[in-house]
Amino acid sequence: MPTHALFAPVLALTTALALAPAAMAQPAPDAPAPEAAQSPDATQSPAEPLGTDAYTAIQEALLMAEPGAVIELGPGRYELSDGLSLAVDDVTIKGAGMDKTILSFRSQKSGAEGVLVESSGVTLMDFAVEDAKGDAIKIVGADGISIIRVRAEWTNGPDPLNGAYGLYPVASKNVLIDGSIARGASDAGIYVGQSDNIIVRNSLAEFNVAGIEIENSYVADVYDNVATRNTGGILIFDLPGLPQQGGHSVRVFDNKVFDNDTPNFAPAGNIVGGVPMGTGVMVMANSKVEVFNNTIENNATTGVLIVAYPNEYEDEQYYPYPEGVSIYGNTFTNSGFAPDNEIGELVSSISGTPVPDIVWDGNIPLWHYIAGIPENRGIYIGDNKGSAEDGQASFIDLDVIPYFTWSWFHSPSRTTPAHAGGVDKLPGAALPQDQAAVGGSTEQ
Amino acid sequence: MKTARTHLVAAITATLLALIAAQPAQADVAVDAIIAGKAPKQLSGFGFFADAVAQQPADGVLPYDLITPLFTDYAKKHRFVFVPEGQSAPYNPDDVFALPVGSALIKTFAYPADMRMPDANVRLVETRVLAHTQKGWRAYPYVWNAEMTAADLKPLGAKQDISWIDAGGAEKSTRYLVPNMNQCRSCHVKGLGRDRQMSPIGPEAKHLNHDYPYADGLANQLTRWTKAGILTGAPENPDDAPRVADWADETAPIDARARAYLDINCAHCHMPDGPAHTSGLYLDTRITDPAQYGIFKRPVAAGRGSGGFDFDIAPGEPDHSILTYRLDSADPGIMMPELGRTMIHDEGVELIREWIAQMED
Repeated sequence: MPTHALFAPVLALTTALALAPAAMAQPAPDAPAPEAAQSPDATQSPAEPLGTDAYTAIQEALLMAEPGAVIELGPGRYELSDGLSLAVDDVTIKGAGMDKTILSFRSQKSGAEGVLVESSGVTLMDFAVEDAKGDAIKIVGADGISIIRVRAEWTNGPDPLNGAYGLYPVASKNVLIDGSIARGASDAGIYVGQSDNIIVRNSLAEFNVAGIEIENSYVADVYDNVATRNTGGILIFDLPGLPQQGGHSVRVFDNKVFDNDTPNFAPAGNIVGGVPMGTGVMVMANSKVEVFNNTIENNATTGVLIVAYPNEYEDEQYYPYPEGVSIYGNTFTNSGFAPDNEIGELVSSISGTPVPDIVWDGNIPLWHYIAGIPENRGIYIGDNKGSAEDGQASFIDLDVIPYFTWSWFHSPSRTTPAHAGGVDKLPGAALPQDQAAVGGSTEQ
Repeated sequence: MKTARTHLVAAITATLLALIAAQPAQADVAVDAIIAGKAPKQLSGFGFFADAVAQQPADGVLPYDLITPLFTDYAKKHRFVFVPEGQSAPYNPDDVFALPVGSALIKTFAYPADMRMPDANVRLVETRVLAHTQKGWRAYPYVWNAEMTAADLKPLGAKQDISWIDAGGAEKSTRYLVPNMNQCRSCHVKGLGRDRQMSPIGPEAKHLNHDYPYADGLANQLTRWTKAGILTGAPENPDDAPRVADWADETAPIDARARAYLDINCAHCHMPDGPAHTSGLYLDTRITDPAQYGIFKRPVAAGRGSGGFDFDIAPGEPDHSILTYRLDSADPGIMMPELGRTMIHDEGVELIREWIAQMED
């Protein structure tokens, strides 16, 4: 059985660790931060130390934790003056529930995120992070991170002044996000970047610019999630100029992606700022992506948008085109009724409104345009239920290259492409910590 | 009688203690504590100083400085290096010197009441010790008490209200943040996963390679470190070693000044094995690809840190460059560096602004 912090014996708790939750266990919703009963080192008091507040108590527990420790946070609202950070491997931070243990960063004075994890094998479960000044929970460089029933939220709703990411593992491997909620992020609610071997499931992303985003990552499964009332539901992106790029092998399945109707509120300059409101699933510049068995409903721009990277870039290693993308078994309802922003305008100027359920920009390398797309590197549209007359999903290949260059040659197509090769069933992700994620983890 | 005897004992004890305290020869550095990673509760337990309040180092502890330093809320800094006797670091032109186990770097942050009289009424705020233990480098923050009689280990850091008169005669104040041990690590960590290691940042040839005013006169630091036996294999002529520009030296090329400033303030994170490698923005002076150090580079995960701008550096347009925007902020959700300052470094921002302004589009 793989080792998992969940099973670390509670005996591993040190005396210092036990103090923090004990001192703060009073249920005090909306009350001022519970005072720690005593500082573990009462002899340290000169020069105005951080004192006996929630930040001090929790940060002390995080600093003193030994590998394998379980840090329990009792119910209550903890007002944190500064960002928290964890740098010890194999620690579990466990609250009393995502609506019971609330870490509020409303009055945060320092720290670029609410909670920063810079270690491996960490489990975060059953608490919420609210109103962080930057990202809510960032995990960098972890080998093994499990985020289970955690809520990251900006309570004022969509606002460009909110932090960029809710749940934000980056440059990590073996990433599990399960049964969690992200709301109000000015970039992506759940964002996994430059990582490898990822599962995002049973989670809810709403009122973010991007609900769930997998970026520059390898081998990811995104399933059984709900992405609603974001600008875009689920985004699979690859960007240039990063240490890990060439994102591939991503499966998006059994998700409900509907009513993504929040106007884009990303601060300008960020790539998601270009996502049109009402984009169900968007695939940009990734290879090997399967989108299947999803319910995609009431998305005003389109159900699935497949595009090449649109900006100029200086990066010889970067490949800007989506390839080997399979879309099948999905149910589309009411897509494309009000296409948004310049992308929506461009699409609808070619397709008319409503925009089809599935849109591909048709942007391919010039030599593919001339010589044909090599086997298994095309766009594959299988059986889907949608708005076409035969009950299939409607589709358009925008054929944007001639649209912008030799417009007399421009020939968009509504016929699903018959590229050589076909759907390549991906094996998906398997996480060492997954079997350990106790039965209850699938509850939402 | 009994009382008198007690008094006598007390007097003798006090005299003995005074004698011990007055003996600098007793102030040997606690190498064993460094190696074992057992940080004493008080800074004095390390024995780095002959006179800590005056920041006079003990024998075998060498003061140094950096050509271009990290900005920390205008604090004055006193830096010291200790290497166990008989040991040394091999010279390396391209990286931080690999100081042996048992070494320590000591940095005290201080504020004179009036920056125009830097040696008068100096308030010591904190002393950070970076110790090379048998398990790798460890960081220990010590906070000075108000009377400056002792500096206590504060793993959690601290906040202190500091005020002073700046070099221009204006009153300044800040709520100074002493970093906690994780925050120390955040800047000093390299690598990913379970192999992360802490490392020093400053003691590198390019940052040290200039003259320092030692008690016995000016001398090049690489030369002095060699003479002191803590560095081996350095070029005999310091001009053969790399050297960054002094960010404040207006006679130096602006490009070199700006790159030196960004290197020491940003490159510990913004490098291929640093925590901010995920941004793809690398600010080490050795990076030559303009896209990698920000020119027309788009943000990745900046959020509102983008300020609404498309590029880290938009040549000729400092007020449309993310770099300027983030340096010119003290909002934790926007500012860069993320840690280590609560104030904006106006002069540093001005330098970067000038640098970007003179770039040709």
